[in-house]
Amino acid sequence: MRNVSIVGIGHTVFGNLSDFDLVDVMAFASGNALDDAGIREDRKIIEQVFVANMGGGIINHQTGIASSLVSRMDMEPAMAELVENGPASGASAVKLGYMAIASGMVDVVMVTGGELMRSVTGWEGTDFVASLLHPEAEYNYGLTLPAYGGMFTRIYMERYGLTERDLGLIAVKDHQNGAKNPFAHVRVPCTIEAIHDSENAHVINNYVAEPLRMYGMCPVSDGAASLILCAEDSPKMKYFTKQTPIRITGIGSATDTHCVHNRKDPLVLDAVRLAAERAYAMAGLKAEDISFAELHDAFVILELAISEEVGFFERGKSAEALRNGVTAIDGAKPINTSGGLKSKGHPVGATGVSQVFELVKQLRGQAEKEGRQVKNAKHGMAVNFGGFGNNVVAVICSRRDA
Amino acid sequence: MAIDKMEQSLRPPQLDLKPFPAKIITLANGEEMVVREVKREEVGVLLGTIQPLMGVQKDFYDIVASRMYAEILGWFEYRVANEFVLVGAINGEIAGIVNSRLIDGKTGMSYHTMTIKRGLRIGAQLFAAKMEHHIDILGNDEVHIVAESPNGFKRWMIEYALEDRSSRYPALHHELGGVPTFTLTRELWERVKADKCTGTRPVSPEKLATADKLKMPSEYPQIPGFKRG
Repeated sequence: MRNVSIVGIGHTVFGNLSDFDLVDVMAFASGNALDDAGIREDRKIIEQVFVANMGGGIINHQTGIASSLVSRMDMEPAMAELVENGPASGASAVKLGYMAIASGMVDVVMVTGGELMRSVTGWEGTDFVASLLHPEAEYNYGLTLPAYGGMFTRIYMERYGLTERDLGLIAVKDHQNGAKNPFAHVRVPCTIEAIHDSENAHVINNYVAEPLRMYGMCPVSDGAASLILCAEDSPKMKYFTKQTPIRITGIGSATDTHCVHNRKDPLVLDAVRLAAERAYAMAGLKAEDISFAELHDAFVILELAISEEVGFFERGKSAEALRNGVTAIDGAKPINTSGGLKSKGHPVGATGVSQVFELVKQLRGQAEKEGRQVKNAKHGMAVNFGGFGNNVVAVICSRRDA
Repeated sequence: MAIDKMEQSLRPPQLDLKPFPAKIITLANGEEMVVREVKREEVGVLLGTIQPLMGVQKDFYDIVASRMYAEILGWFEYRVANEFVLVGAINGEIAGIVNSRLIDGKTGMSYHTMTIKRGLRIGAQLFAAKMEHHIDILGNDEVHIVAESPNGFKRWMIEYALEDRSSRYPALHHELGGVPTFTLTRELWERVKADKCTGTRPVSPEKLATADKLKMPSEYPQIPGFKRG
């Protein structure tokens, strides 16, 4: 297969962008990616556009989004498709972009993910995401993703002795990173004393889905992110001299049962493990080779559980690593250097693309000026978690000199 | 100063309102916010705080700031009956303001909640303090509330599950333009209070002293690059 590099990245701030329509927001990120790649004037060299979005048709009453974005960007006649794979739509779009180039079908692809979720109430937003659950066995019983997050957390705590204070420590770490990320939704650091120990903590950090509290949940965000991909053997690489290309070295994805109750053990996330194994195999790497990772912490417990499934830590041992600072930016295995979904935000269709954006930024060494650069970063991994672990995509990016 | 007869005829009758006992709240970032009642002579610093936000259209800050400015000025000039104003101050710097008034001894009319410093749920805490003052301290049975922004609607109408009284319009209407009126009853308050309202009392004299002299914010996240002239 051909080698594929990421040659341009773009991002909007995550937060409340309800002054704009969905395609506007995607166009802002796409324009940033074109500028970063240095091809705004030459944008028609892009042959294929993949757009990741989960809820445009449901909450924004907008369909045909991919062609709309191409038209808004004046990029006709590029081919364009929408990719919907729940909260893993973003990384799925990256995967399809990679496949389109690696197969030899095209040379240059733009992948843009975006979502506008704040134009509806929190309850309506939660309901829209819950539409990915089994309609009769889960949704009809009132299950939501935060409810699953809460139940998963409770079982994990009982089995491995995790405490609510540990959950708070994840938020503290992620907010510390997010506070330095100019695109993050919540750029305010928090302290464990305030969100857990203080006598006011029960209100400023109230339960949302017990035992998960507000600081255990990602915010509901609007936003978009975009990537430009190019075949390394293409003559069109001559356009991309502005930035250091970052290679996509591994991609893996896997599915699991739609209903969580059909799994032998609800704490075992087979699709995460398989997606990671496939990505490692493709990249010729092991878990210990990964310099840093962006893991899908829509609920903080997932940062721990995913970090174990991908082989960074033994099962039940990730909290110890967290407490010891291993997952901090200056630790041995930094996780969620962008702030993660917890602090950066989670516009669902954008998230997987945004995670890869962060890999590229770190591997280029461009997080230094924000004070959150991982030292000697060579290989970064992103895990984008769809459903409640029933469709997961892992992406590994590497420096070409690694 | 003597109040002339004309001025007397312009002023509304006032109820004697119990004071709001100050409290202190530890925010998520570890900062401590003193919540206390504002004295009439402090109105200048409040107006100076609010004024820059009157030009911020996003999240309806413009309408909230303009109305709050007028309401607080009205309180200062004795043109509003039974109004009270609470402020949240971090190291003396104003982080948020709420104001409200009583129609009579049993019914409150919530005016506005203005958050300057964002991302710490300061507005949510100050709104809860306002409701605490209405119901627990002033003894109101219910408070009428409207929202002018989606943020307010999500925070109050939905999170507090306020009673929708809009079908009683115009017999029952909020003073802020007759937009849909919702009501916090004592029963609803008792249901949500433990989850919504916090704060430590009494506040030590040293900590209270940090909020003695209120300061206008040095920056506004709503106004990038703001410099106070």
